[in-house]
Amino acid sequence: MKPELRELYQQIILDHNRAPRNFKQVDGANRVAQGHNPLCGDKLQVYLRVSDDDVIDDIGFQGSGCAISKASASLMTEALKGRSIEQAEDLFEKFHRMVTGNASEPNGQKLGKLAAFAGVKQFPARVKCASLPWHTVRAAIENVASPVSTE
Amino acid sequence: MKVAPAVGTDRRAAGSSTSFDVERIRRDFPILSRKVNGKQLVYLDNAATAQKPEAVIEAVRQYYAHENSNIHRGVHFLSEHATALYEQARERARAFLGAAEAREVVFVRGTTDAINLVSHGYLRPRLEQGDEVLISAMEHHSNIVPWQMVCEERGAQLRVIPMTEAGELILDAYEELLSQRTKLVAVGHISNALGTVNPVKWMAAKARERGVPILVDGAQAAPHVPIDVRDLDCDFYAVSGHKMFGPTGIGLLYGRAELLESMTPYQGGGDMIRTVAFEGSTYAPIPSKFEAGTPNIAGVVGLHAAIEYLDAVDRVSMVEYERELLQYAIDVIGGIEGVRLIGTASDKAAVVSFLVDGIHAHDVGTIVDQEGIAIRTGHHCAQPVMDFYGVAATARASFALYNTKEEIDTLVAALRAARGVFG
Repeated sequence: MKPELRELYQQIILDHNRAPRNFKQVDGANRVAQGHNPLCGDKLQVYLRVSDDDVIDDIGFQGSGCAISKASASLMTEALKGRSIEQAEDLFEKFHRMVTGNASEPNGQKLGKLAAFAGVKQFPARVKCASLPWHTVRAAIENVASPVSTE
Repeated sequence: MKVAPAVGTDRRAAGSSTSFDVERIRRDFPILSRKVNGKQLVYLDNAATAQKPEAVIEAVRQYYAHENSNIHRGVHFLSEHATALYEQARERARAFLGAAEAREVVFVRGTTDAINLVSHGYLRPRLEQGDEVLISAMEHHSNIVPWQMVCEERGAQLRVIPMTEAGELILDAYEELLSQRTKLVAVGHISNALGTVNPVKWMAAKARERGVPILVDGAQAAPHVPIDVRDLDCDFYAVSGHKMFGPTGIGLLYGRAELLESMTPYQGGGDMIRTVAFEGSTYAPIPSKFEAGTPNIAGVVGLHAAIEYLDAVDRVSMVEYERELLQYAIDVIGGIEGVRLIGTASDKAAVVSFLVDGIHAHDVGTIVDQEGIAIRTGHHCAQPVMDFYGVAATARASFALYNTKEEIDTLVAALRAARGVFG
């Protein structure tokens, strides 16, 4: 594979696309949101069970879409499980800045496995695929009713 | 599947595809020699827009360098010259479409603009509550939304001719759907998502029997098949310049003279008037009535050059060449394990839409892009078609007269490699 493509379709992304983690609905979910990218057809639902002291006890997602969006959702749920709402919102900001090329640390240092998406900024048409799950989870946290998109 | 013999070709007598010199044609298109991502450009997104021959590029450059002026106004040399260029282009467009009179050809921005013009100027004043507008299941959004808008406004119904799994219109259903309340039929000549060639001449005849006018969306047809609006006997025909090797921002609307004359103007302003006073204004005759403001003169000049370019190509052998290319693409792309073709009508042109098992269309597009290959992935402005097949998106390779079998082979190799990556 060409180096540029390898930047985008890293092994971890291919792996999470093939076998997405937390690909499930969540028992007792108290925050739910839908995300949809009409331009390419990525669709997902995000489910959260948030405790009384604002900790994400469980998180899952369902839906269909491209490899980037599916892997992003999968890695996102791994990154957010057990975190506080505040930490989740902070991670959203950092992730979004990284994929849109606005980060102070362009290679996603401090983002752990999420750094796998650092290559997305070279593929502007795919940025929305990577950020859709994050927009959706933020909508779930804020209990926004209608489906969100990245438009 | 096998595609039907090329429309309008006598295969015994006509020039064979071996007389079609694609390498010479390719040299006419400067962009085809460029590289993308370090690889030779393989441009297979012609249904989205076509590339431009040097003759078109040069015509536009020449116009701006030596001939630019506003039209229909001045008495000075450049203005009269530009006006002549504009009206000569209109006459050439008339011949290209097979219309009877040049005044039946309106210069518009493109097919979308043309359809909106007809929706606003023809249908809106006539449509009443309970009336119907009949479109097909395979239409581009531009041949759906304008009708939805006017139906919603007037309390009318949009009815849809169904299609088969192969992507062919169910013509019995069409006949049944043509009712007393149908005020217009709007149908695509060639589907951009599926490549289906619809029997628009037959459909126009059926509509005429019921006294129902028909609009044909010819955006995908103009680059591939000869158009003769009198032979089709349609009431409106729309094309986009940029899909037929001309500039963007220019298109043609053909309308029968008596219909155009009966229509209310779409946009008001300069050039579409006869007299203007604050107490009231009178309108210009057709087609000027629909050409408000300074038009895209350079676009018209470029479109004229594109029509001349197409007219100079041996159309019969071009059609035969494209038919062979399409059949080859269907065979080799369809032959890849895990690939499913979408749109398998027996009469097809220029488009191969497909799904790759286990790989979302978007990922297919990104991967082949790295090999310099331009295909389109998504819903192709035809979300109802995607819904029909139960998919979010397809990958689409669409061809023009400058594409080659080698290019299709390059795509196939890239698709096989993509399957390897995703396992």
